[in-house]
Amino acid sequence: MSHEIPVPVGVGLETEVAPTAITSKRRARSTARGPWAVYGVRTLLVAVWLGAWELSARTFMDPFLISMPSQIWQRLVTWFTDGTSQGSIWENIWVTLEEAAGGFVLGVLGGVVLGVVLGRARFAADVLAPFIKAANAIPRIVLASLFVIWFGLGMESKIATAFVLVFFAVFFNAFQGAREVDKTLIDNARILGAGRWSLMRTIVLPSATSWILASMHVAFGFALIGAVVGEVIGASRGMGLLIQQSQGNFDSAGVYAGMVVITAVALIAETLITRLEKRLTAWRPQATSTHASGV
Amino acid sequence: MSDHAIALRGATKQFPHRAGGTFTAIRDVDIEVASGEFVTVVGPTGCGKSTTLSLVSGLEPATHGTVTVNGRPVQGIPDGVGYMFQTDATLPWKNVLDNVALGLRYRGIGKAEANAKARDWIERVGLAGFEDRYPHQLSGGMRKRVAMAQTLITEPNVLLMDEPFGALDVQTRELMQDELLRLWSGTGAAVVFVTHDLTEAIALADRVVVMTAGPATVKDVVTVDLPRPRKVEEIRLTPEFTELYRRVWDSLREEVEITRARGAGNVA
Repeated sequence: MSHEIPVPVGVGLETEVAPTAITSKRRARSTARGPWAVYGVRTLLVAVWLGAWELSARTFMDPFLISMPSQIWQRLVTWFTDGTSQGSIWENIWVTLEEAAGGFVLGVLGGVVLGVVLGRARFAADVLAPFIKAANAIPRIVLASLFVIWFGLGMESKIATAFVLVFFAVFFNAFQGAREVDKTLIDNARILGAGRWSLMRTIVLPSATSWILASMHVAFGFALIGAVVGEVIGASRGMGLLIQQSQGNFDSAGVYAGMVVITAVALIAETLITRLEKRLTAWRPQATSTHASGV
Repeated sequence: MSDHAIALRGATKQFPHRAGGTFTAIRDVDIEVASGEFVTVVGPTGCGKSTTLSLVSGLEPATHGTVTVNGRPVQGIPDGVGYMFQTDATLPWKNVLDNVALGLRYRGIGKAEANAKARDWIERVGLAGFEDRYPHQLSGGMRKRVAMAQTLITEPNVLLMDEPFGALDVQTRELMQDELLRLWSGTGAAVVFVTHDLTEAIALADRVVVMTAGPATVKDVVTVDLPRPRKVEEIRLTPEFTELYRRVWDSLREEVEITRARGAGNVA
């Protein structure tokens, strides 16, 4: 299920194709015409798209259903100046962000620890493989309903939803990364005197880092989805609640405006993760490679 | 107890075969290496030369026979063993200094002391000024120097080398051979150096061990009594060297032919 949800991550085309098949197509993207031509054409595309939308909504389409850019803009302005029906917009953004970040941090920690440990413990991995596959096959987004029953309408249920989405994305990459550590590096470290813990810390974890970081791009998108879906299902605050209320009032502009805000948040988070990735992989010869994360 | 740094007696190694059954990599191998002795091992491709090293290093246990290092039977990785691998074993995410200091850090030596010693070794292998570089910023020969310093800094008295210079171009290889002899001389370390390059094998060694086609066992041992210190590019032009080369090759040729005949079906 989580596959089909469009993930609001990515700046370039490369990452927007996520999460199914992100692989190469990284290099050779510099155009001969220079960066300004690229920006110019991009701006033009957006202008044409928004213009066509606005025009069709004003002429032959029903703006009640599809809304239009000017209405969405108006809604955003109102939200940010006068506040929303659910209080200050910043407060709602902050709540959603806290839930997403909470689920993200817990999910990444859990996924990395379990992934790396199982990646090195072949027997345990063999025993647990079918259970993990089964758990991954559960349409996890539906768990959000269960979590509302378990943890109530507060933040905990959203954090739990974000966690289950993030955990598996990170787990599988960390597992694969820990499995594919160069055997020579391990042998070399053992000969040099590394114990079990040193081996994990100095060889396995750094080897798996590029895999783990690659999964984090997709994972933060999942965390936001988890938080927002959790709020749509039942919450007292947050962006998901705003969207859900707009839907209840047949206010399509409100739904779109909520989407715009969430997308902006996702883009900012993506930038931060890319920066973190660059810093952690400074030793690498060229630009980052992105591994597909089979969620 | 023996006074040999390394002793393999009747060492046999079998691996479980993927299709069931077992695959014998080496059988009944007897090799003894004294302290301060440089032994090279040559043999046909894929005959199990590297397996011999992994038994001595304790990375793999022997199926039959005994392996002792410094007089003690090998169980796990013995103290005082250094191992230089065929492929790059430098950590790509650590710079030269941290790579060289790695072994000392693993052994619980403080950062300041480990770094000071690492700087000393970096200078000895001729890489002074490159402490902050990452492996990908170095040439193949320089990475080998890092690996050499990384191994030698732990002051092993048993040094195992698995075709360490195999991937280098000829000039760099000869340079590294000289460097190795220079760094090794006077350390008293016992060396087992696996190679398929006969020139390298004879130029470096006190004794050349010739292995048979797989499952490998010792076929012949040729003593190399060329004087030390040696210069690799000079020594290989002497008539004594040519004579030794012929002896070793005569012994090895048969095994190479067996391997070729066997591999004709599945090797290009």
